[in-house]
Amino acid sequence: MSHKTEQEENWTEIIGPKAKLLDLRLNELWRYRDLVLMFVRRDFVANYKQTILGPIWFFLQPLLTTVTYIFIFGRMAGLSTDGLPMLLFYLAGVTIWNYFSETLNKTATVFKDNAQMFGKVYFPRLTMPFSIVLSNLVRFAIQILLFIIVWIWYLFQNDTIHPNYLMVLTPVLVLIMGLLALGLGMIISAMTTKYKDLIFLLTFGIQLLMFATPVIYPLSSLPEQYQWIILANPMTAIVETFRYAFLGSGTFSWMYLGYSAVFTVVILLLGTIIFNRVEKSFTDTV
Amino acid sequence: MSSDIVIRAEGIGKLYKLGEIGTGTISHDLNRWWAKVRGKEDPFAKVGQSNDHTVKSNNDYVWALKDISFEVKQGEVLGIIGRNGAGKSTLLKILSKVTTPTIGNVKIKGRIASLLEVGTGFHQELTGRENIFLNGAILGMSKAEIKSKFDEIVDFSGVERYIDTPVKRYSSGMYVRLAFAVAAFLEPEILIIDEVLAVGDAEFQKKCLGRMKDVSENDGKTVLFVSHNMAAVKQLCTLGMVMRNGGLVFEGDAQGAVNYYQTSHETNSYFEHIGELQYAPGNDTIRILKFEVLPLQGEMISVSSGIQFELQFFNKKKGINLDATFELRTADEIPVFHHGALISTNNDSIEGVYTVKGKVPAFILNAGTYKFKLVFGENQRHVLCLADDFIQFEILNEALGSNASILPGILRLDIPYQISVKD
Repeated sequence: MSHKTEQEENWTEIIGPKAKLLDLRLNELWRYRDLVLMFVRRDFVANYKQTILGPIWFFLQPLLTTVTYIFIFGRMAGLSTDGLPMLLFYLAGVTIWNYFSETLNKTATVFKDNAQMFGKVYFPRLTMPFSIVLSNLVRFAIQILLFIIVWIWYLFQNDTIHPNYLMVLTPVLVLIMGLLALGLGMIISAMTTKYKDLIFLLTFGIQLLMFATPVIYPLSSLPEQYQWIILANPMTAIVETFRYAFLGSGTFSWMYLGYSAVFTVVILLLGTIIFNRVEKSFTDTV
Repeated sequence: MSSDIVIRAEGIGKLYKLGEIGTGTISHDLNRWWAKVRGKEDPFAKVGQSNDHTVKSNNDYVWALKDISFEVKQGEVLGIIGRNGAGKSTLLKILSKVTTPTIGNVKIKGRIASLLEVGTGFHQELTGRENIFLNGAILGMSKAEIKSKFDEIVDFSGVERYIDTPVKRYSSGMYVRLAFAVAAFLEPEILIIDEVLAVGDAEFQKKCLGRMKDVSENDGKTVLFVSHNMAAVKQLCTLGMVMRNGGLVFEGDAQGAVNYYQTSHETNSYFEHIGELQYAPGNDTIRILKFEVLPLQGEMISVSSGIQFELQFFNKKKGINLDATFELRTADEIPVFHHGALISTNNDSIEGVYTVKGKVPAFILNAGTYKFKLVFGENQRHVLCLADDFIQFEILNEALGSNASILPGILRLDIPYQISVKD
């Protein structure tokens, strides 16, 4: 007599052709949390071993970029900085933008960069983009420290900057930014497994997106009727809020920030779904 | 009892697209999507064929695996054998979740760990210690688990002295030993191993085989093992499975599977031309009609059976000094011998079919894959015809005492040792 059903047999796993659409498998990610931390550690150790300056590069990168911007956009092009000291204005933008672009850049090539390993062993692929978000967060923490040092110096020097209570929103800004980069990165990386052209477009696209974000100019410097275009970019509210909180000039609105948050949640959900669908079969197409 | 079945594969198949992937797939994707919308079958999957490498098909899609069903019970050790390209690796990839089947499904009870390659995720810049933790985590262990086994792992690998040195400074042997050691101390319910034992020196191989036996016999773990080492399969496995062209052709006990594999011309140790002479391999002077390699004694070619080979060819050139040379090479292209048979020595060759037989006695050649190259010549100088890699065959390993690993070297001699002792 056999009345056995699937439940009675207690299969712990069924490997089949299709993944369930809304099975995000976040519990699996939690089970592999040690692996995420291990990847973060690996990124650090591997990147700065055998470099002479080591972690000093964390400081040098944003500083050099800022100096370049001061010369090109500040002095030569003469773009407005909303009456703020150029160094502080650009450094704020660069610090924030760097975190976003670095995270997006790395998460978007997850499948390409790890094809070799992914083809040989299974672990939840989500651990990879998550670890990238975290390891960039550590980097960001160091870089924002640099910003704060410069900021404090200016704070005591003169009266041009007016920080306010919105500074407490910084962790929220970082969270939104990290998750947005993660979501976008997962969508792009899933698509690059089939259409490799996207990898070439990526660097260019991120560059372009920077100009569509008020990094090197303040939102207020744009004509009113065109501001909505830049505001459609969810990164705009982040950069502007950050500047407004720390420097006291910029555009802040709860609505803009709310829009960024909602946008991020949607992208993140979409990204996780697409990523999970692709990870199952990508070894055949890469 | 169905409850102790830990793996059940139900009609799994895997469809691969041949040729360039990535170009023109958008149109195929759209076609597929359109078919799906109308509730039709995948238009490209429908005409898939079995994966016979020798037949060039005009179809872009091929079934690397087709209709595979089997069951494995708790604590069993299943050996999977077959020629290269038979679909073994694809099957393991599906079981270890690296890729998904196109159809069918596999049900699994328990945690699976797979070793399709040792040292996956090892990072060159990290030290041995750091890599143990990283690799362990990749294979699914928690940090605490690795910590509790750390000493055992280091001990097993035998690289204590270098544990805080970056692995890029390791010799390849040390690297492999460390990598295997991490995997050997995984504690999954099901362990999947693909040929990793083909690496490392003989002593380490023996250690690995021992560890596998330990895992299955003492810990009651289920093991799936893909190998070309038939002696290891016979010694370690309880069940055997033979695959050919993506299908399952034999299922039974390990001994039976090895026998089947050896006797069913799974290795192409046999060639016979059927049909018109002009289509036989060769040229206008020489046509090869038949070449086969057989065991000298017993059913299977093994280190203790010796081999005999028989060549039959047609010669058209009359009145010359004809010779046929047999060159044996290992799979790594190391020449074993290059030895000629003088067929006619007084300028008296005739137009007709010659048969040449030769033999290599037992306990000379070591286990492994070998290839024959044939050279036909005139006056032992001028080449008339040449056939590279004409036949490939495999010599089975046989355990030396309790050691089932393949011993290093080309020769496998039966040395009559004389042992004496003094005290």
